[in-house]
Amino acid sequence: MKKLLIYLRDYKKESVLGPLFKLLEASFELIVPLVVAAMIDTGIGSGDKGYIWRMCLIMAALGLIGLVCAVTAQYFAAKAAVGFATKLRHGLFAHIQSLSFSQMDKEGTSTLITRMTSDINQVQSGVNLVLRLFLRSPFIVFGAMLMAFTVDVKAALIFVVVIPALSVIVFGIMLISIPLFKKVQEKLDGVMGITRENLTGVRVIRAFGEEEHEILKFDSETDALKHMQTFAGKISALMNPLTYVVINAGLVALIYVGALRVEAGILSQGQVVALVNYMSQILVELVKLANLIITVTKAVACGNRIQTILEIPAGMAGADLGMQGGDKPSESRGTVEFDHVSLRYYKGGEEALTDIHFKAKRGDTIGVIGGTGSGKSSLVNLIPRFYDVEKGCVKVDGKDVREYPLSELRDKIGIVMQKAVLFQGTIRDNLLWGNENAGDEELWQALRTAQAEEFVLQKKDRLDERIEQEGRNLSGGQKQRLSIARALVKKPEILILDDSASALDYATDAALRKSIKEMPGETTVFIVSQRASSLLHADLIIVLDDGEVAGMGTHGELLENCEVYQEIYYSQFERGGEEAAQKAAQR
Amino acid sequence: MDKKKKTVNQKETLGKVLRYIKPYGFLVTLTIVMAVVSVALTLYLPILTGRAVDWLVLIFDPSSLDVASPWPYLFYILKQMGIVIALTALTQWIMNICNNKIVYNVIQDIRKKAFRRIEELPLGYLDSHSHGDIMSRVVADVDQFADGLLIGFTQLFSGVVTILGTLGFMLSVNVGITLVVVIITPVSLFVASFIAKKTFTMFKLQSETRGEQTALINEMIGNQKVVQAFNREEKTLEKFDEINGRLEKYSLRAIFFSSLTNPCTRFVNSLVYTGVALTGALSALRGGISIGQLTCFLSYANQYTKPFNEISGVITELQNALACAARIFELIEEQPEKKDSEDAVVLKDVRGQVALSDVSFSYVKEKELITGLNLSVKPGQRIAIVGPTGCGKTTIINLLMRFYDVNEGSISVDGNPIKNITRKSLRTSYGMVLQDTWLKRGTIRENIVVGKPEATDEEVIAAAKASHAHSFIKRLPNGYDTVIGEDGGSLSGGQKQLLCITRVMLSLPPMLILDEATSSIDTRTEIRIQKAFAAMMEGRTSFIVAHRLSTIKNADVILVMKDGHIIEQGSHKELLAKKGFYAELYNSQFAIA
Repeated sequence: MKKLLIYLRDYKKESVLGPLFKLLEASFELIVPLVVAAMIDTGIGSGDKGYIWRMCLIMAALGLIGLVCAVTAQYFAAKAAVGFATKLRHGLFAHIQSLSFSQMDKEGTSTLITRMTSDINQVQSGVNLVLRLFLRSPFIVFGAMLMAFTVDVKAALIFVVVIPALSVIVFGIMLISIPLFKKVQEKLDGVMGITRENLTGVRVIRAFGEEEHEILKFDSETDALKHMQTFAGKISALMNPLTYVVINAGLVALIYVGALRVEAGILSQGQVVALVNYMSQILVELVKLANLIITVTKAVACGNRIQTILEIPAGMAGADLGMQGGDKPSESRGTVEFDHVSLRYYKGGEEALTDIHFKAKRGDTIGVIGGTGSGKSSLVNLIPRFYDVEKGCVKVDGKDVREYPLSELRDKIGIVMQKAVLFQGTIRDNLLWGNENAGDEELWQALRTAQAEEFVLQKKDRLDERIEQEGRNLSGGQKQRLSIARALVKKPEILILDDSASALDYATDAALRKSIKEMPGETTVFIVSQRASSLLHADLIIVLDDGEVAGMGTHGELLENCEVYQEIYYSQFERGGEEAAQKAAQR
Repeated sequence: MDKKKKTVNQKETLGKVLRYIKPYGFLVTLTIVMAVVSVALTLYLPILTGRAVDWLVLIFDPSSLDVASPWPYLFYILKQMGIVIALTALTQWIMNICNNKIVYNVIQDIRKKAFRRIEELPLGYLDSHSHGDIMSRVVADVDQFADGLLIGFTQLFSGVVTILGTLGFMLSVNVGITLVVVIITPVSLFVASFIAKKTFTMFKLQSETRGEQTALINEMIGNQKVVQAFNREEKTLEKFDEINGRLEKYSLRAIFFSSLTNPCTRFVNSLVYTGVALTGALSALRGGISIGQLTCFLSYANQYTKPFNEISGVITELQNALACAARIFELIEEQPEKKDSEDAVVLKDVRGQVALSDVSFSYVKEKELITGLNLSVKPGQRIAIVGPTGCGKTTIINLLMRFYDVNEGSISVDGNPIKNITRKSLRTSYGMVLQDTWLKRGTIRENIVVGKPEATDEEVIAAAKASHAHSFIKRLPNGYDTVIGEDGGSLSGGQKQLLCITRVMLSLPPMLILDEATSSIDTRTEIRIQKAFAAMMEGRTSFIVAHRLSTIKNADVILVMKDGHIIEQGSHKELLAKKGFYAELYNSQFAIA
C-alpha cells in the first residue's frame, strides 16, 4: 500500500488542503455552542433584542463559512482521490504492458483486469474518505481527551485507558479483516475469470450443452465470494458494537469515579457533566469512523493487491540497459543467429528447446517444421525476445538480442502469430499498428502482398470498414491475412510467419509466399508451417522434434537424409504425391 | 446502441432493486426491529446518564437526602446503564450482520441472474457487444451497487428511526416550535434530492466509462503479446489515457457534486438551528419558555437534524448504487434466445440425416451472405466444405448448430426442423471442434470431460490416446491433473487443438463438425488422428471444413463454396474430372511459390 502513495505526490497541495479545510469546518462547528451560550447568558439575561439578532447573524455567517470550507475540502479531497486513482491506473496499466510473456502467462488476464478496475476503485474511495475524515476524527478524539485533562487529571485517566483500548479494537479488526478482504478480492477474480471464460468460450459451451454445468460452477464461485464477504462482514460488524461498549463502559466508570471525587469534594457536578460530554463527543466521532474504517480496510487490502503487481520486475531484465545501436556492420543486417540455444519456460520444467544452432543470412527464407509441441513457436518467439534463453544466445544483426533496447529490436521484426488477433476499430487502424505514418498506398501494397486486397476492396468502407471485437465479422482466413498485412506495413528486416497461413487455402497460401518472396528489399523470412509444400523452396529448413533439431538443410537434402522430414513429407503427399511434386517442379 | 434510448429511470431501477430484496423480507424486518430497539436504547442512555448525574448532587450535599446513602441507588442506575449498553451493542451487531446477509445475498442473486442471462443470450448479441463491458457490469457494477446498498441499509433505517424518536421527544417539550422544525428541515432533503438528480447522470457516465475502459483493458491485456510485438505499448497507453482522462473528469464531477449534498444540507440545518435559537430566544424574552427548556430544545434540534445529514449522505451512495444497478438490469433484461417451444422434440438416437432447404442468411441486413442454399445429407455421410476464405463455411456451421437462426428456409435433422428441436439436444448431437481453441482454467482432465462429466479415468485416457494427446499430457508435470491457465497458458497451438479433439473423442456424439480442427497439428499426428476420426465417423454424419486435401479427399461429398453458394458438388474424383474450381484449388497446392 505504501508504495502506491507516490501516485499521490502530484496532489500534495490537495491532500493537505482537503483535510485542513475539514478541520477548519470542524472548528467553526465547535464555536457555535459558545455563541448560543453567549446569546442565552448575555442576550436573554439582559433582555437585549439587538444582541440576540447579532448573535443569530453570527451563527448564520458561521454556517456559511462552514459551508464554504466543507465544499472546498470536498473538492480537494475528491480531486486528490480521483487524480490519484487516475495516475495509479495509468501506472498500473503501463506496468502490466511491460510485463514479459512468461509473467503474463503466470498471472492470467482476469486477475489483472480486476486489479485494474475493482481494486483501484476501492482504493480511490479509501483515499477520498481518508482525506475527508481521517484527520478530523483523531483531532476530535485527542482534543476531547486533552480537554478532559484540564478538568481533572485523575478522572481523565479513564480516557487514557479507553482510547488505547479503542485503538486496539480498531486496529485489531483492521488487521484481521485486511487479509479477509484480500480473499474477497481473490474470489472476485474467480467470478471475473468464469464470466470471461464463458464469454470467450460461448460456442464450445453451448455446443456441449454445458450451460447448466457452467451455471453451477458460477454459482459455486459466487457462493464462495458471498461466504467470504459475509465472513469478512461479520468481523467488521463487530467494530461498531465493540467501540460502543468500550466508550460507554468508560462513561459508567467516569460517573462512578466522578461520584467518588464529588464525595471527596474535588469535583463539582458541572465538571462531571463536562467530562461526560467529552466522552459522548468521542462516541459520536467514532461511530462515523467505524464505517470509514471498513472502507479503508478494503482499500488497504486492494492496495496491497495492486502493489504485488507493481512489484513484479518490469519485463525483461536489463531491457533498457542496451546501448542504442549505431555501429552495426551493414553486412550483418537482417541476419539471425542461434548459438547453441536452450529454453525452459519454468524452472524445473522440461526444456522446450535444446541446443539449437543455425545461422540465417539476410534475405534467406528459413522454414521451421515439426510435430505438435516440438518447439516451433518457441524457436521463433526467441527472435523478438518474447522469452529469454536459458543457455546460448540469439543474435540479430550480429548482436545479442539481450543487448538491444526491446523497442529497437522489435522494430526490426514483423511477427505474425498463430492466433490472428485484430482489435476493435477500422481495418486502417489495425494496419497502422505496423507503422503509424504509413500512407494509404503503403497499406494497399501490404494488403496486396498479403493477398487481402481483394476482400478489402469488396468491403463497403474498404480501409474504413469496422472490425468487431476479436475480428468476429471476418473469417479465419481474412483475419490471418490482415494480420500478415499488418506485419508487412512495418517493412521489417525480419519477417516471422508463425503458422499464420493455416486458415488459407492452398492457392492463396502459394500466392502469398510468392508475393512475399518478391517483396522489394531483402527481408529475412521465417516460416513456421505444418505444410511441407509451404517450405519446399526455403533456403534452409529446420526440422524440430521434441525441442531438438532433427535435421537441417534444403528440401532436397532433407528428403534424402532426414527421417523425420521424410515422414512429414510423405504424410502429405501420399498417393500421387511424387507425381504432384514433379508436376510442381516442372512449373 | 439503439438500446440506449430506453433511459432507465431511477424509480424503475429502485423498484427492481426492491424486488430483489423482497425474498429477504424476514431479515429486513429483523434489521428494522433491531434498528428501532438500538436507537431507542441509544436515546434512553442519555436519560439514565442524566439521572446518575442528578444523584451526584445528592452525594455532594448529603443533608438533602432522605435515604441513608445515595450509593445503592447510583449503583442501581449504573447497573441499568450496563444492561442498556450491552443490549445496544447486541442489537447493533445483529443489525449489522442482517444487513451484510441481505446485501451479499441480494448481489449474489443479481450476479447469478446476470450470468444465467449471459448463458441464454443469442450469439448475435455476444458477438457484437464488448466482452469487457459485460464483465464490468457483472463484476465492478455489482460491487459498487453492493457498497451503496450496504451503507444504505446500515444508515437509512437507524437514521429514520432516530428522526422519529427525537421528534417524539421534541413534541413532548413544545409542540409549536417542533412544528417549525418539522416544516423547515425537509428543505434539506429537497436540496439533497436536487443534487442527487444532477449527479445521477454523472454516476451513470462514470459507470459507462468504466465499462469502456474495462473493454480496452480486456482487449489489450488479453492480447498483450501482439501489443508488444508491434511496440504498441505507448500508443495503447495513449488510448488508455484518453479514456482514463474522461473517467477522471466524470468521477471527479460525480464524487464532488455528490459530496456537496452533505455540506449543503448541513448549511440548511444550521439555518434551521439559528431560526430555532432566534424564535426560542425571543419567546423566552416574552417569557414563553424557560431557558432550561430552550437549551434542551436546541440540543434536540441538533440531534434531530443530524440524521438528515446522514441520510443525505446515504442518498449520494444510493445514487451511485442505482446507476450501477441500472447497467446490470440492462444486461439482465436483454432479450434472450427464444425459448425452445413447448412441443420441441428432444433428439434421440440420431441417424444423421440433415437437410438444408432454400436457406438464406446474413449477419447484417444489407449484406446477403448465403442465399437459397440447398443440401441433403444422408445418414453417415462425410461432407467436406471447401472454398476460398470468407465464402461462408463457418457461417454454415453457425446455422447447423443454431448459434444463429436462418433468415429464410429451414434446416432439419432426421426430418425434424431444427426450430422444433430443443437447442440442447440439437447441439449435443454434434461434436464440434473449432479452429479457435478454447480451454478453461482447470486441470487437463476437467477440460477433457466437458461433454461427459461422468467419464472414468480409463475412458479419458482412451480418448486421449485416440487423439494422440496422451503422450504430451503424460509428460506434463502432473499429467492429467496439470492445471492449465486461462486460454490454455503455455500449451502450444497444436496441443490445445489435440485437447479439444480429445473432448469430442470422449463424448462420441452422433454427428461431427470439424472446422479446421487440425490446422495447427502437424501432419503426421494429423494422419493418425484422421484414422481415429475415420473410425469414429463410421456411421456418423460429419461436416468437415479444411484446407488440407488429405483431410477432405475421402469425403463422400465435397461441397465447393464461393460467395455463399455451392458452386460444385461431388466426390474428389468427380470434381477433379470436372476440371472446375475444385481442380484448380487442388492443383494450386503444388504451385511454385
